[in-house]
Amino acid sequence: MAKKLLLEFDHVPGIQTLDVYRRHGGYASLNKALKDLSPAQVLEEVKTSGLRGRGGAGFPTGMKWGFLARPEGVPRYLVCNADESEPGTFKDRYLMERIPHLLLEGMVLSSYALGANTSYIYIRGEYYYVARILERAIAEAYEAGLLGKNIFNSGFDHDCFVHVGAGAYICGEETALLESLEGKRGNPRIKPPFPAVAGLYGSPTVVNNVETIAAVVPIVRDGGAAYAAIGIGKSTGTKLISASGHINRPGVYEIEMGVPVEEFIYSDAYCGGMRNGKKLKAVVAGGSSVPVLPADLILKTAGGEPRLMTYESLAEGGFASGTMLGSGGFIVMDEDTSIVKNLWNFTRFYHHESCGQCSPCREGTGWMEKILHKILDGHGTLPDVDLLWDIQSKIEGKTICPLGDAAAWPVASAIRHFRKEFEEYVTRPASIRDVKHYYRLHSMAEA
Amino acid sequence: MSERTEYQFSPETLETARRIIQRYPEGKQKSALIPLLHLAQAEFDGWLSPGAMDYVASLLSLQPIEAYEVASFYSMFNLKPVGKCVLEVCRTSSCWLLGAEDVVRHIEKKLGITAGQTTSDGMFTLKTVECLGSCGTAPMLQCGADFYENLTLQKVDTLIDKLKTEGRRKVYTRDEPITI
Repeated sequence: MAKKLLLEFDHVPGIQTLDVYRRHGGYASLNKALKDLSPAQVLEEVKTSGLRGRGGAGFPTGMKWGFLARPEGVPRYLVCNADESEPGTFKDRYLMERIPHLLLEGMVLSSYALGANTSYIYIRGEYYYVARILERAIAEAYEAGLLGKNIFNSGFDHDCFVHVGAGAYICGEETALLESLEGKRGNPRIKPPFPAVAGLYGSPTVVNNVETIAAVVPIVRDGGAAYAAIGIGKSTGTKLISASGHINRPGVYEIEMGVPVEEFIYSDAYCGGMRNGKKLKAVVAGGSSVPVLPADLILKTAGGEPRLMTYESLAEGGFASGTMLGSGGFIVMDEDTSIVKNLWNFTRFYHHESCGQCSPCREGTGWMEKILHKILDGHGTLPDVDLLWDIQSKIEGKTICPLGDAAAWPVASAIRHFRKEFEEYVTRPASIRDVKHYYRLHSMAEA
Repeated sequence: MSERTEYQFSPETLETARRIIQRYPEGKQKSALIPLLHLAQAEFDGWLSPGAMDYVASLLSLQPIEAYEVASFYSMFNLKPVGKCVLEVCRTSSCWLLGAEDVVRHIEKKLGITAGQTTSDGMFTLKTVECLGSCGTAPMLQCGADFYENLTLQKVDTLIDKLKTEGRRKVYTRDEPITI
């Protein structure tokens, strides 16, 4: 049985309540930190743990915390990124819905390490009901003295608030999130300055994903070294994977870093194999933004090594033959899936979600969507495929925020690994009719 | 649907708004704009008319344009009148792989409208939306605060009939006040 650090008690009845959460060891980490550890020692444990940002970028959390500016007399903020909008990702929703106090405990712990007396949980507006669950948990925590003044008689004061967004993928990007939290449109900021220096209201701010903040709880409880002992190399600890698509057992799984991809897809402990006995065609391993890989390359690296669920193994081979762990949004596609149409679906998404600030992204995503639409309408040509490649290459790396890259990578990887399918569609338009899913772009297009 | 001329939160909503504003530091009340626009949309017939946005702006001592530019950026804010129940069908990635198109087509046929339209009796609006974080339980739709998951066409029928019988407006914010 794999070790679970976050979801060990997710099925305990009433775990949403403070009472049951505490009976299962809840807030022991906070008690320990506030009684026995200095903020610097908590930061040291997080550094030792090797924890990396679980939102998608995988940046070392301890290092991010270390960058936080600490000028005298200026408030510092912790902001939790609960905007979870990456297609294929639903782990944070599960965690917050099931064990809201785990996130709250992590918020107070992390804030203690950072010296932040105020924190905000920015949650996407569509998760309004989850925001209510969090608000109930916050009310319970205030009543029990786990939030507010002088927590555990330590002299540490902390207030935590929930803030709801209103539907915008871009607000998952940390500077867009801060803009949105300040009551503005979610346009990403130019960096530098980084939020660690000038973030929320111009104050030093750390923005971390829900899962990252929750992971601080077991790290403080067991020590950073114990956390680092799980996993392989620089992929330490456990990771929540959101598994979806054509599999028998979709859902959220907490894995120890290093589980082989093949085991993850076919074992009954995880995805339980392909639905209806179909063959695996492709996998998007870390949310819609990461490169799609065909079955052979997701199961084994180009060098023939078994692919593992770690940051490094999934990235093995670079973008030529690898992908990324990303947010852990693991989308599985069977042999009947049209890669071209799936790409159209993703590209339409990025076009819809581009904030419009940078022209390569604003114009490029729409252009790519139109070309894919044309191909699926049976009017594509071979030069269209090259044009798609050309456009994506001119978006990547040329925008303020990574949404441009996120829109470019799926296009590049689909053409790189499935060029034949594109060529089939443009040279033999009749083949489009073989696509399993009912072909009807127009009603699914912009409403 | 005639547009209302008076915009004033109920005393309870005003109290909720006041509590929300207090979450942000002195002078940073603009942060409460999105949460208050949600309250306005819920209270003023499910959409944000210029009058509703002006009212929210006035509560926060903002210029009306500051409310307009925010309301027009975020997909959850309706800038046109909508039905009592807005059916928001996820059309992205896993939902699409598992039949979101069939769900949309089925609802269109059943209600006699296309995505983006409202039924003539003002009961339903059909909207297609991007990934709602329900990929493991795809396909899905959201109506108000509620997620309806692992949809089949039969489940959609049952849901629509139920909503029709209830005849109530569904809002994200639900009825009970936010307590903190």
